[in-house]
Amino acid sequence: MPVKKIRVLIAKPGLDGHDRGAKVICRALRDAGMEVIYTGLRRTPDEIVSAAIQEDADLIGLSILSGAHPILFPRIIKLLKEKGAGDIPVIAGGIIPEKDVPRMKKVGIREIFLPGTSTQDIVGWIREHIEKGKKIAKTP
Amino acid sequence: MKERRQKAPDIKRAYESWKRNKYSKALEACAPPKAFTTVSGRKIKELYTPADLPRFDFFRDLNFPGEYPFTRGIHPTMHRGRPWTMRQFSGFGTAEDTNKRYKYLLAHGQTGLSVAFHLPTLMGVDSDHPLAKGEVGKCGVAIDSLADMEVLFSGLPLDKITTSMTINAPAAVLWAMYIAVAEKQGVSPKVISGTIQNDILKEYIAQKTFVFPPRPSMKLIVDTFEYGAKEVPRWNTISISGYHIREAGATAVQELAFTLRDGIEYVIWGLERGLEIDEFAPRLSYFFNSHNDFFEEIAKFRAARTIWAEVMRDRFGARSPRSWWLRFHTQTSGVSLVAQQPYNNVVRVAIQALAAVLGGTQSLHTNSLDETFALPSEDAVTIALRTQQILAHESGVANTIDPLGGSYFVEALTKEMEREAKDYIKKIDHMGGMVRAIELGFPQKEIADSAYWYQKAVDAKEKIIVGVNAFEMEHEPIPLLEIDKAVARQQLVRLQSVKKNREQAAVKKTLANLKKAARDEQNLMPYLLKCVKTYASLGEIMDALKDIYGEYEEPVTF
Repeated sequence: MPVKKIRVLIAKPGLDGHDRGAKVICRALRDAGMEVIYTGLRRTPDEIVSAAIQEDADLIGLSILSGAHPILFPRIIKLLKEKGAGDIPVIAGGIIPEKDVPRMKKVGIREIFLPGTSTQDIVGWIREHIEKGKKIAKTP
Repeated sequence: MKERRQKAPDIKRAYESWKRNKYSKALEACAPPKAFTTVSGRKIKELYTPADLPRFDFFRDLNFPGEYPFTRGIHPTMHRGRPWTMRQFSGFGTAEDTNKRYKYLLAHGQTGLSVAFHLPTLMGVDSDHPLAKGEVGKCGVAIDSLADMEVLFSGLPLDKITTSMTINAPAAVLWAMYIAVAEKQGVSPKVISGTIQNDILKEYIAQKTFVFPPRPSMKLIVDTFEYGAKEVPRWNTISISGYHIREAGATAVQELAFTLRDGIEYVIWGLERGLEIDEFAPRLSYFFNSHNDFFEEIAKFRAARTIWAEVMRDRFGARSPRSWWLRFHTQTSGVSLVAQQPYNNVVRVAIQALAAVLGGTQSLHTNSLDETFALPSEDAVTIALRTQQILAHESGVANTIDPLGGSYFVEALTKEMEREAKDYIKKIDHMGGMVRAIELGFPQKEIADSAYWYQKAVDAKEKIIVGVNAFEMEHEPIPLLEIDKAVARQQLVRLQSVKKNREQAAVKKTLANLKKAARDEQNLMPYLLKCVKTYASLGEIMDALKDIYGEYEEPVTF
C-alpha cells in the first residue's frame, strides 16, 4: 500500500519578493517525495493559516527576508491556535538574526533554519519530525 | 612578440600536443579528476592560447578605450580621468535617521547618495497600510509623502550631489517628490542629476516588487523617458538591472542576456512612443552584480559593453556615440555573503569589487559584512567603503585602463559570453520580446532552474563555500544594527499629521486629474508633480493609478 506523502505548505509572509530560497526549498522537498504547496508572495498571516487548514498541511514552512518576522510569526502561531490548527508545526528560514531565534522558538516556531543550511538537512528534519497520520508531538 | 608571427593552427597543434603529453600526464600523477567550473557552472580550460582567439582582430574586437565597440571602456581615460563613484546604498528607519547616515557617509569620502526605501514604499503603500505591519523602516527608509522626502534631503544641496534611488513600481512618484524637493531648495530640475532604478521588467523576472501589470508599467516608464529628456536632462531615467536577476539565481550569462534584452525592450517601447533614439538612449544606464567568480565577472562587464554598442548602433541605428555607451553601476553580490564566520565576507567583497573595477564600472556599492543578518551597522558600512578606497588609492589596479585586455583567457571568455548572451537575446526576440517572455514565464523558469542547480551543487560539495560546507567553525555573534521600535510609531504620527494638515480639496482635485490623465493615456509626470506637491501620499497616488491600471498577480510556480 502506498504511503501517504507528507504535505508541506511553503508560505511567504512579509512584503519582500525574495523567493529564491522558498522556491529552492519547494523543489528540494518535492524531489524528496513530499507534496508541496507554495502560497506565492506577500501572504498575510490570515491567508497562510487558511491555506494550511484548507490544504490539510502536515507542516508549514515560512520564508521571510524583510525583517518583519518578530511581528508576523507570533500572529501566525496565534491564528493557528485560534482556528484549532495549533497542532500543525511551523518551521522558518530566511534572514533572521540569530539572537531572534530563541524568542521565535518560544512563541512556537519549531525550528529556524539559518542561511547556509543544506536542503538535505531540512528534508532530514521534516522526515524525522513528521510522521504521516501522527502529527508532530507537542513542543516539550 | 614572437608568438604574433606564429599561425594559430600551429599553436593549436602545439597546444594539443602539450596537453596530451605533458599536462594530462602530470595532472594524473598529482590530482584526482575534477571539473573546473565557474560559479555559473561554465567549464574552464586548463590554459588559453592564441588558438582560442582564431579570428581575433584588435580594432574590431577590442580597439581603444572610448572607441567602438568599447570593450575596453566607454571613456578614453577611464579611472585615470575620474575614479568610479563610491555610492553606498543606504536607508533605514525614519527620514531623520537616514539623513544622518547620509551626512556621515559624505563626511567620510562617499561621493554620491543612493537611497534604499523600506518595503511599503517599494510596494507603493503607506506606512499605515495593513501590509506594512512590521515592515516600517526595516529594509530601508520610510517615505510616505513629500514631507518625508523634505526631511530626507534637508541640508543636502541637490545641485551639488547626485542621488540614485532604488525604486521601481512607484518610481515616477518618488522622482516627482525629488524634483519637488529640489524646487523647494531653489534648484532647477534642469541641473539636478541622479538615477531612478525604474526597471520594472526585472521585477517581474526576479525581485518581484511589482504593482501594476507589465504593459501599463512600461507606459509609465516611457513617460519618464519622455519627460526627462525635455525637463530633467541630466537625470538617468532608468537603471536597467541585472543585479536582482543574478541574486535570484541566474548564471552570469543569464544576467547579461536578460538584462540587455530588458534594455532592448525599453528602447523598443520608447521608439514606439515616437521618441528620438539619440534623445533618450544616452540617459539609459545599467546596473550589474559582481559575484565571486573573478574572471567570469570581468568578462561579463566587457561583453556587456560590446553587445550594447552593437545593438544600439546596428539594430537601432543610433548615431550618437553616447547612445552606444553602456554606463553601469555595480554592486557586489549579496547572496554570495554567508552568515558563518562573517568577517570573511570582507574578503569576498574585496575580490568582487576588484572585478567590478577591472571590468570598468562607473560606480560601485560594496556590501557590508553583516548583510546576511540585517541592514549594515555603521562600522560594517565603513569597512565596505574603505575597501573601495583601498582599491582606488593603494592597490594600483586603476593605474592603467583595462589591464586584462589581451589576456587570452579573458578575451576568449568575453567572446564566449557574448555569443551565449546573443543566443538568449535572439530566442527572446523570437518569443515576441521580453514582456511576452515574462508573460510566458521564460526568464523566471530559467533562473529558478539555475538557482536549484547551484543549491544542489553546494549541498553535494561540488561547490565549496568557506565556512558553510567546508572549514566550518563556531563564531561569536557580531553586533548588528537594530531598528528602534519607535520608528513605526514616529512614522505613523507624521503621516497622520501630514494627512490632517494639508489642503484636502487640492489633494482630491489633483488625484482626480491624475486618474483622468491615466485614462486618456497622457504623460503622467506633470500630473504626478502636482499630486505630490499637495502632499498626497504615495499610497493615495498609487491607489488612484491601481483603479485605472489594475494590479499584477504573478502565476504561482516553482
